[in-house]
Amino acid sequence: MSTELIVRISDLSVTYETKASTVTAVNEVSFNLNRGEKLGIVGESGSGKSTLGTAICGLTKYPARVTSGSIQIGEQMLFELPQKERRATMLRDIAYVPQAAMNSLNPSMRIRDQFLDALSRGVSRKDQNRFDDIIEARAQRVGLDLSLLTRYPHQLSGGQKQRVVIAISTILSPKLIVADEPTSALDVIIQRQVLKSLSEVQVASNAAVVLIGHDIGLLAQFVDILAVMYAGKIVEMGALETLLTNPKHPYTKKLISSIPSVLRRSNLAGIPGLPPSLSELPVGCSFEPRCEEKIEKCSISSPSLKVASARKIACWLYDSDDTSTNTSVRVRGS
Amino acid sequence: MPDFSLTLTEASKTYRAQSRTDKGAVKALLPISLRVTDESPRVIAVAGESGSGKTTLASLILGFQQPTSGNVEFNGVQLAKLSKKQKSEFRRTVQPVLQDPFASYNQFYKIDHILRMPLIKYGIAESPSHADALIRKTLSDVGLVPEQTLGRYPTQLSGGQRQRIMLARLLLCEPRLIVADEPVSMIDSSYRAIILNLLMKLKDQYGISIIYITHDVATAYQISDEIIVLYRGRVAEAGQTRKVIESPKHPYTESLISSVPMPDRIHSWDSELATVTHNLANETGCEYTAICQHAVAQCKVVEPKIRAVAGNHFVACRLYDDLPEAQLFDVLKAN
Repeated sequence: MSTELIVRISDLSVTYETKASTVTAVNEVSFNLNRGEKLGIVGESGSGKSTLGTAICGLTKYPARVTSGSIQIGEQMLFELPQKERRATMLRDIAYVPQAAMNSLNPSMRIRDQFLDALSRGVSRKDQNRFDDIIEARAQRVGLDLSLLTRYPHQLSGGQKQRVVIAISTILSPKLIVADEPTSALDVIIQRQVLKSLSEVQVASNAAVVLIGHDIGLLAQFVDILAVMYAGKIVEMGALETLLTNPKHPYTKKLISSIPSVLRRSNLAGIPGLPPSLSELPVGCSFEPRCEEKIEKCSISSPSLKVASARKIACWLYDSDDTSTNTSVRVRGS
Repeated sequence: MPDFSLTLTEASKTYRAQSRTDKGAVKALLPISLRVTDESPRVIAVAGESGSGKTTLASLILGFQQPTSGNVEFNGVQLAKLSKKQKSEFRRTVQPVLQDPFASYNQFYKIDHILRMPLIKYGIAESPSHADALIRKTLSDVGLVPEQTLGRYPTQLSGGQRQRIMLARLLLCEPRLIVADEPVSMIDSSYRAIILNLLMKLKDQYGISIIYITHDVATAYQISDEIIVLYRGRVAEAGQTRKVIESPKHPYTESLISSVPMPDRIHSWDSELATVTHNLANETGCEYTAICQHAVAQCKVVEPKIRAVAGNHFVACRLYDDLPEAQLFDVLKAN
């Protein structure tokens, strides 16, 4: 596998402006992805994971605003490009697979025409036949029956629609696929099929993937690197296996133990308390009010993301005093 | 004679063809029998994928739909034949929890109104101050702070909070049976445990039976006493949850269990998974034939019969044809 850098996010912050206050939904998030790497971002609702996803794709809309940081796609710094080039880069290199597939398709267009729409902006109607092969190949890659192409979205099941959305959004063979909870509201068996489709698309184009979700179990089936987000920050990030077998951050531990198992019957463990309101964040660590392992320092100041025990972690419990805060140290997947 | 009983006897549901262009009727639920009384409150899970008929089963139990054949009886009276008074009693004692906490509220009413209405409608509260006290107590019971909840609109609350308001509302009705249709599929994993633990508490403290409808066998395994696995309208496997999940017999149950995403790579999804999506309404035999690894020609023709594997464990599959035939009714009577 080549180690071509696909995306470098540095200190990205996104804020929402409301009448009452300005809240920071994504707070100085940084990570790199190379070609073919798969990153999972997990967090509760309100953790900022979807805001981060839209920001990477340049889809941030008012009242959200990117206030600091940079996004580098390949060689290009996204925010430094002129508007027109930026749009072209984003269209060519980044695919966004939205959460609500049901609402992402045009209800009054046949599926084939929606594929064409994505492929052929500005191509005249009579030239469009040459795209037939591409459309059919892409539809088959995600396991869609070709007869579905002449149907309307309402004639498709939820899983089929989600696969159509995956096929359409990745039709330009992007370098980076950002998928925001592509399988929520689908049942387990369909979830499995949809992830399989996503995986096939990823393998075919060897794209880097950012998969956003709240279900660690589901993410574990797909990603190599896992990042745990809490209140706008990445609190722990590392190779999937490392985090699953040996989670260090108290929040990650809780998240993993709250997954119901089919192997062992036990008390269902939740995470006590509620995520903090972003407009009233605690002075110290955001997780401190819910944390069972807190120490004195936690309520005083907020820990930063540092390298410890083969991962990056933002927790005072694992904050060694050596100043190896080199954030460019990469935590690689296996 | 129990004070409360709800009985389904060979109840089935077929959705008619809607128009001439429609391909035909859909057998959403094949005849199913089950019985819930207040003598032994239990959590019964109904598990299956989309199109398995689990929501149809819920709407039969709740009286939203009439069965095409068979009966649904409340305290020994058919749902369609309930008197006005009995109907009101039925509506109060059998309560739904809906899937989508974002779509099930009228956003123009404050939480107070939502909670007060059932108290007035069913004449539960003796006075406005009694109603107020009941509401406050119930909100605390479901883990909400009355001061932070009352006076607000549903849009000001999170999904988990709304789902808890839903539980508070139905608790006020003093139900005997709760039909929870995917109550946690749209909320975060940390809230999921809270809501499920609350449901368990309702069973233990108030003796309320719960029918828990889900596609997630993991949560079903954690909270239910009995489980019914549906596939395309047919009961594939049923019985005590531990037995069904720990030693599944039906090939479909096995695939359902293996589809639960586990937070490790040992139980990975890498293996192939076959599925069919076309309509099998007019075919005969076992619906799972098309994708079953153990299928033989016979499966396509012969209807699978429910057979007893052991005490309170039943399966409908050709593989177990040597076992004695049984009635599903027994599943939920025996304990």
